[in-house]
Amino acid sequence: MKVAVVTFPGSNCDYDLYKAVQQVGGTPTFVWHRDRGLEGYDAVFLPGGFSYGDYLRPGAIAHLSPVMEDVIAFARSGGPVLGICNGFQVMCEAGLLPGALVRNAEIKFRSHDIFVRVERADTPFTSHYEQGQVLRIPIAHGDGNYEADEETLRRLEGENQIVFRYTDAAGEPTEASNPNGSHANIAGIVNAEGNVLGMMPHPERAMESVLGSTDGVGMFTSMLANLSGAAG
Amino acid sequence: MSTADGVATASRVPPREGDPEITPELVAEHGLSVDEYERVRKVMGRDPTFTELGVFSAMWSEHCGYKNSKRLLRLLPTKAPWVIQGPGENAGVIDVGDGYALAFKIESHNHPSAVEPYQGAATGVGGILRDIFTMGARPVAVLDSLRFGDLDTPRVRYLFEGVVRGIGDYGNCMGIPNIGGEVVFDRGYEGNPIVNAMCLGLMKKEDLITASATGVGNTLMAVGARTGRDGIHGATFASEELSDDSDEASRPRVQVGDPFTEKLLLEASLELIKSGAILGIQDMGAAGITSSASEMAGRAGNGVEIDMALVPVREEGMTPYEILLSESQERMLVVAEKGREDEVTRILEKWELEAAVIGTVTDDGLFRVLEGGQVVADIPALPLTDGCPTYEREGVEGEEVQKLRAMDLTEHLIPEGDLTPTFLMLLGSPNVASKRWVYEQYDTTVRTSTAIRPGGDAGVVRIRGTKRAVAATADCNGRFVYLSPRTGAKIAVAEAARNLVCVGALPTAITNNLNFGNPLKPHIYFQLREAVLGMAEACEMFETPVTGGNVSLFNETDGRAIYPTPVIGMVGVVEDVDTLVQHAFREPGDDIVLLGENLGEMGGSEYLYVTADLVAGEPPTVDLGAERELQQAVLRMAHEQLLRSAHDCSEGGIACTLAEAAIGNGEQPLGVEVSLDDDLRPVQSLFAESQGRIVVSCAPSSTDAVLAIAEEHGVRARRIGQVKPGEEGFSVTARDASIAADPKAMTAAYFGAIPGIMNAPSATGA
Repeated sequence: MKVAVVTFPGSNCDYDLYKAVQQVGGTPTFVWHRDRGLEGYDAVFLPGGFSYGDYLRPGAIAHLSPVMEDVIAFARSGGPVLGICNGFQVMCEAGLLPGALVRNAEIKFRSHDIFVRVERADTPFTSHYEQGQVLRIPIAHGDGNYEADEETLRRLEGENQIVFRYTDAAGEPTEASNPNGSHANIAGIVNAEGNVLGMMPHPERAMESVLGSTDGVGMFTSMLANLSGAAG
Repeated sequence: MSTADGVATASRVPPREGDPEITPELVAEHGLSVDEYERVRKVMGRDPTFTELGVFSAMWSEHCGYKNSKRLLRLLPTKAPWVIQGPGENAGVIDVGDGYALAFKIESHNHPSAVEPYQGAATGVGGILRDIFTMGARPVAVLDSLRFGDLDTPRVRYLFEGVVRGIGDYGNCMGIPNIGGEVVFDRGYEGNPIVNAMCLGLMKKEDLITASATGVGNTLMAVGARTGRDGIHGATFASEELSDDSDEASRPRVQVGDPFTEKLLLEASLELIKSGAILGIQDMGAAGITSSASEMAGRAGNGVEIDMALVPVREEGMTPYEILLSESQERMLVVAEKGREDEVTRILEKWELEAAVIGTVTDDGLFRVLEGGQVVADIPALPLTDGCPTYEREGVEGEEVQKLRAMDLTEHLIPEGDLTPTFLMLLGSPNVASKRWVYEQYDTTVRTSTAIRPGGDAGVVRIRGTKRAVAATADCNGRFVYLSPRTGAKIAVAEAARNLVCVGALPTAITNNLNFGNPLKPHIYFQLREAVLGMAEACEMFETPVTGGNVSLFNETDGRAIYPTPVIGMVGVVEDVDTLVQHAFREPGDDIVLLGENLGEMGGSEYLYVTADLVAGEPPTVDLGAERELQQAVLRMAHEQLLRSAHDCSEGGIACTLAEAAIGNGEQPLGVEVSLDDDLRPVQSLFAESQGRIVVSCAPSSTDAVLAIAEEHGVRARRIGQVKPGEEGFSVTARDASIAADPKAMTAAYFGAIPGIMNAPSATGA
């Protein structure tokens, strides 16, 4: 699996994502935001961080980077694109996914482990999980509160585009388990075509027991199994 | 070449048009005494110009020149075989094995945080990060040591909220995990919050670079952000007392941080160092270009010539004086190899930053400043950086402290029977209660190497690609130092070392942050001297040399000083991350073993503060030899993987230590059944803060081995009880008294205390 890890000025989870891809046996390459051309990659990852310092709005400036034209083209042609945290924010700004990530309900930055329930195990990103499986994964964000208009939210539910929901340890999507006020405890969504996934939690930070959890490994092995050699 | 006496004489410099005349009042405004000004004239061989006066004022301030602390700091041990870089550089560096070196340092931003908490704290983090990456190391962890007044005033809550948000926003944006530290609330810090930030950076040993202006003819370049009018005379400001009107008047002297630029500067700096195009790099921190250029020249024994007209500025019309003394953030001074300036510029441009040639390294030992080719300052570099007068002041212990120390505490030891309400009150005291409200605002897991997050005894980051890890902690109990500075300082070092061994790390070296009041007052100088002596003794005993740090004096408001607070930032090495130990109990049925003696010392305890509003009595005694044996014993237990948990006894005494271990991260609180049979009053058994104690838990099959290791080291050890399932409750008895609490209620008290105060409707801002 050849993965382009796109780096914007201010990205800071690029290296973590790079190491996670390597850990499962994939081949990551950093692609600087001003570089062009994503031919030959099996997948494109947009990492977390503070692209352009979150100035204006998280992801608002990064989505205008030259490389984003290629990322959008890659996605439109069916290429798998994963965005985590700031990467998810960039995706929403770029129109790759519907809705927006706004300020956490409590205003403050939140950094701790949360639980998410896997709502769909039939995407190329999540096939190594069971549907309904509960994962323990860190979050670290100030703007993770997922919002969208009524129609979009109905469509996401109706078309089964919600991939992860914040829950308690038992898998119940309670209000207390929602760290940022996201509508319907949404933690991650996929586009209608199923090839673009955005999520606020950091699976790349849950890859080793010494770090507290290995629940993120499944995402990377899923992709490795499903995406290797997918692109020409 | 110049000598320390300034024999290399400065050339004549004509007064610059528009500069004020040098008068005794102007000299005094610059924080220089009459004698110091005479010394300036002797060094110069003439009267200084206005620009030169500004330069001396900054470099001979306490903040840069350490004039009241240097003689004392010489008493600290600084050497060990594993020390690669001791004091005097941007940061200390130690060998941590497997070819890796660790750069680390702590620094204060107390004064700026007192007048503008958000920016003050944020720029404190920015500054300490730059000190680390200018050594060639990538920052891998941040800790912070914070002190505020009691949370019952809106002003204190405003400061607390702003400082935490400032630290969080800066560190989070940079992508550096926060792995721990300490937060203390005590009225002793009401007017002067203490904001100390510590950073750790890792590098391959061969990537070390220092801040020297070597190679005559090489080029000096200013890189990063432009220079503006912010923070002018910050270093001098940091060396004064605050007063009621400091707030408004001093705000312009506080810098403004931009973590996004700093992130780019970090990446660009590390790339510059790797490229080999530069020979030295230094942060333009306190006293800006002045200190970075003169210190780099001084270290190399060279001179520098820099032209202010070449420095990229934010606004037109800045004078050389302003440019030299600006403390605008996110700027670096680099020495580029002659002929490779374009390479430096290209790397900076890739990161969307600027680089500008501003001068050259010279051989005449002079710090020469031009303005468009015209000399405006010409100062012998070495006397400027190393010739700052140093003082040994008069030190006499204050009478108030002697009275407090002698106070009879007997009446406070009487309570017995059901001590559960007292226990819950202590557990919910902000000093004991969980600091989760703070550290959940910090990214703790970015860089995917945090093996132990905040909330335990010490933070740990693993070294990727090895089995090793580094651990760090920041500690000081200012009440103990206040009551007895020498003992208190020893305790700070001992507690830091205990915290490290509790996670299974070998204490290796320290960086210190000496936060004190005005040293010109005899009782303050006494505190400073005694604390340094105590710290020196403890560091010698533990073989933890001091590799650098920071001195912050004049922490006074309206004449009232903070508690003397020598914060110890200690680092340790873990050889095998699989042997890490955490503070929480893990299995019902495990034995609980107390290592060390219950001595019942109540002086300076949280119990007295909470129940009697008192900071009084003799602080606990500390036996450094016994501490060292305890450290070694616990490390052996950890390495032999005998321990399920280990937790240091500190604020709130053994009752709170047991509670914290039972509560853990709050997800599945456990119970205990413990009995303490000391020959002490129950209050003493439960809540005393005697030193040299660690509570460990182990599988019953390991208990004999644990006790045997303790015995070999001459450490008293006894099984005091057992870990229980949460439903069976938390039960601790001490002679005629008992605590019986529901672990769930304890968890709520422990985690709910600070959010309860900060989220209350009345808690919004000042």
